[in-house]
Amino acid sequence: MKLQLSSFAARAMNLFLLGLVRVLTGAQARWHGCPPKVEQRIYFANHQSHADLVLIWAALPQELRNVTRPIAAKDYWTRTPLKKWITTAVFNAIYVDRGGARPVAGAEAGETVPVEPATDPLAPLIEAIEGGDSIILFPEGTRGHAEEPQPFKAGLYNLALKFPQVVLVPAWINNVQRVMPKGEVVPVPILCSVTFGEPIRLEAGEERRAFLDRARPAVIALREI
Amino acid sequence: MSLNQFIRSLSASQQVGALFLVVFGLLSLATVILVLLSLRERSRTQDNQGDELRDLQSLLKTSWLMVVVFWVAWVSGERVALVLFALVSFFVLREFITLSPTRRGDHRSLVLAFFVVLPIQYGLVASARFDLFTVFIPVYVFLALPVVSALAGDPQRFLERNAKLQWGIMVCVYGMSHVPALLLLNFKGYAGKNAFLVFFLVFSVQTCMIVQHLVARHWRRRPVAPEVSQSFSWHSWAVGVVAGGLFGGLLSAITPFKPAQALAMALIACTAGSLGHLVMKALKRDRGVTNWGAQGLSSVTGAGGLLDRVDGLCFAAPVFFHSVHWYFDL
Repeated sequence: MKLQLSSFAARAMNLFLLGLVRVLTGAQARWHGCPPKVEQRIYFANHQSHADLVLIWAALPQELRNVTRPIAAKDYWTRTPLKKWITTAVFNAIYVDRGGARPVAGAEAGETVPVEPATDPLAPLIEAIEGGDSIILFPEGTRGHAEEPQPFKAGLYNLALKFPQVVLVPAWINNVQRVMPKGEVVPVPILCSVTFGEPIRLEAGEERRAFLDRARPAVIALREI
Repeated sequence: MSLNQFIRSLSASQQVGALFLVVFGLLSLATVILVLLSLRERSRTQDNQGDELRDLQSLLKTSWLMVVVFWVAWVSGERVALVLFALVSFFVLREFITLSPTRRGDHRSLVLAFFVVLPIQYGLVASARFDLFTVFIPVYVFLALPVVSALAGDPQRFLERNAKLQWGIMVCVYGMSHVPALLLLNFKGYAGKNAFLVFFLVFSVQTCMIVQHLVARHWRRRPVAPEVSQSFSWHSWAVGVVAGGLFGGLLSAITPFKPAQALAMALIACTAGSLGHLVMKALKRDRGVTNWGAQGLSSVTGAGGLLDRVDGLCFAAPVFFHSVHWYFDL
């Protein structure tokens, strides 16, 4: 009974969020270079706002949305019970520990040491892909505030290496940072779009750096279409 | 008994019924003709004519959409009509803001514009407080928004950013809200028929636009301002306005106006609408786009933005409203 109720609530929330995102942003998907097709894919996109996740989720057609899992930063999206519930029950998100560089006790002031999270941060992603799901990845790792996305992290390369059969689709998310700038609570209605581009492949024997340097422009190029 | 008197003698609901038959009949006829034309077109391959056909088809699609929306608004009463026009305002303001770059400091002003100013304006319309709703935006909001922006503490391009926002609100909210305001005007002996006034305004202006568009296509004249609009010439403009005016004159039977008054009112509305459309074109050129539906996006109507379709109306409605209000001393 309780289970039924919560799945009903999730469905209602699903519809509500979809409606809200569409009224506020239009959530237009523009497919250039590949059709919306049910196959296993890794969508990789620029990242400027926590709302990116919501927008790309809303822009995908229903059939793809059901088999595509976005990746959510664990510290942000599990901060409140509501956020946690939405990301689990509605988005079916995969949580990732952002790890990254943190100041470390004992180190000299200002010095940061890269901290390895306790487990491999890619482990939940690998598990999801092995389970047959598509995923949405933000290879910058963190939100950028500049015009151009930051350099991509290695995660995308590692996944491409491990799963050569999965199609890598670049995506450019436009305008979201204007809808809800950092620190604001009320969103402003502004049309946003997600442009999906031509898939890229990891060539045989391609170096990590070379691949990532190719992947990033593939995303940026979609801005101008 | 002339046709004019006959129409006047009908009851409001009979008039509505007759209008329904005429409008939807004409639209259906146009659709059938276009479908037949497109069948014939397929056997020939002439790019130029194919373009024109597509143009007409998108125009027809918009007309259907607008007519259906107006009809729904009509049959479901003033309240629903108000909500409907408020939604249109919301969506066109969204298009306008999307293509007007704003900065982070504008966020609060934008929230205010969408979620406070817009509902209040339509609330004032609903309350029929004409003295208030005609000054609320130009007087009070004019001051309030820059204050909020100034408090955000970002002086960069301050005047430009605020001007954009003010413009957006004036055109998309203030202008548009004058259309449903027509429903609340109190003419003697015209109770329950105010929706015809909206119909009169919309169809006069739309006729003017369509005729202007067609004339500009078929008789190319030197454009007055080629940088702004390749198609706008005084010739096509004058023909469009006169056609819209005459059409309005013909509709006088369903309005509270005498034929000459209806002609004059329609001429005023068409002049304001077509020139407003030109102004909006200049704004679009400034932003480097051809329509408001954001770059390359097909939007609600499938033919560019919603604002492209209603911008003339946004300029015509306030002028029309005030002319009527002033001349008939309502």
